[in-house]
Amino acid sequence: MGIYKIQVIIGRIEVRFKVIFRRALKKSPWIVHYDCNSCNGCDIEILSTLTPVYDIERFGIINVGNPKHADILVVSGSVNHRNARVLKNIYEQMPHPKAVVAIGACACSGGIFKECYNTLGGADTVIPVDVYVPGCAPRPEAIMEGILKAAQMLEEKKKNMKKGEILNAAKS
Amino acid sequence: MKEIGLVLLTIIIAPIIGGLLTGIDRKITARMQNRFGPPILQPFYDLFKLFSKETIVVSNTQILYAFLFLVFNVVALVMFVLKMDLLLILFVLAFAVTALILGAMSTNSPYSRIGAHRELISVLAYEPILIAVIIGIYFVTGSFNVDDVIKYNNFLIFELPFIFIAFTYVLTIKLRKSPFDLSTSHHAHQEIVKGITTEFAGPVLGLIELGHWYELVLLLLFIGLFFAKNIVVAIIAMLLGYFLEILIDNISARLTWKIMLRLTWSIALGLALVNLIWVYIKYRLL
Repeated sequence: MGIYKIQVIIGRIEVRFKVIFRRALKKSPWIVHYDCNSCNGCDIEILSTLTPVYDIERFGIINVGNPKHADILVVSGSVNHRNARVLKNIYEQMPHPKAVVAIGACACSGGIFKECYNTLGGADTVIPVDVYVPGCAPRPEAIMEGILKAAQMLEEKKKNMKKGEILNAAKS
Repeated sequence: MKEIGLVLLTIIIAPIIGGLLTGIDRKITARMQNRFGPPILQPFYDLFKLFSKETIVVSNTQILYAFLFLVFNVVALVMFVLKMDLLLILFVLAFAVTALILGAMSTNSPYSRIGAHRELISVLAYEPILIAVIIGIYFVTGSFNVDDVIKYNNFLIFELPFIFIAFTYVLTIKLRKSPFDLSTSHHAHQEIVKGITTEFAGPVLGLIELGHWYELVLLLLFIGLFFAKNIVVAIIAMLLGYFLEILIDNISARLTWKIMLRLTWSIALGLALVNLIWVYIKYRLL
């Protein structure tokens, strides 16, 4: 009887820890920002979220600038033939679970460059995008909301993550 | 039996204290920069997140070296709590840094390698001063054991004021705070991407973060050693010392390794040597 009770308590602690682990995912989303082909309008707005006025770090968000530490890839600008490879490479270097946020009209759909001969379109032509933040350029508040929505998705992705599905792209 | 309990208590409580101190550090830093700042429990969220991520490594030896970094830091802290030899603690601490450097060097990333080289140079800068601190303590108390240092019937700071200043100077390098955060830095001051930890990802990075917390507690205990006569004074001194590090972190910009080496070996080592000579004359010759 005693052993049974201990097993129950250990099980409860295990469940509790799993919940904390999953909750931690959305509490500390680290971002890596990649500027595809942007006019820098969106990039300035993204950087302004890091300033004391908006202070994105109060949600635990840090701009790490290193895909291997990041959870969320923030893309701005439309994708062309040259940077599609780079974007894909950055996405593949990030460890699972990961999410992608497309900032601005260009990254969402290609924007005014959509039908151009030298662009492929939005970021979703190369990598799967989770959250679209429209606008030219979007407000910093909208960008923050988009990143936090992507952070909520990380928890769901962790739940669905199966060991067989993960591809270890960076392993040499 | 009592010692085993003490060891277990240290291993469990030290990361909690280290994490909380890191969280308070981030909050104070944010307030100094006129920001709101993350919650104080943020480092724990970061750590749990890192442990729930996928493991990506470039070479499998990286995992071993990250693990060794953690283990050596834990061993050094446990040796301090069990009141063992100060010199041996220093050697174990040096092994921890060596493990981190080897881990960074085992990949081909240029950023990681530059970070490792800079870390080697900072080891070169601070190691002589740490040795000088311990030799100074030996001259005064006549023993390398933490046990005898705590039993010494006066505040060590009165005998070793310059060595204490040199030690706080070196602490900035050891904690990788701002004027000397060459090899890696914590919150998004990018220069060589992330320096020594560039190629560590997910749970492996989590191990290194945990190792840093143990290291932080151990270094603060070293400050406490100078005030070991009264435990309350010692705790206040530790917290004040840590606050000073945060202040210096926020008011200074990053220096190059040349300036770091020159300043450390001239000012800090000079102060330490002056104090050593003074103590040697007082206790050995007179």
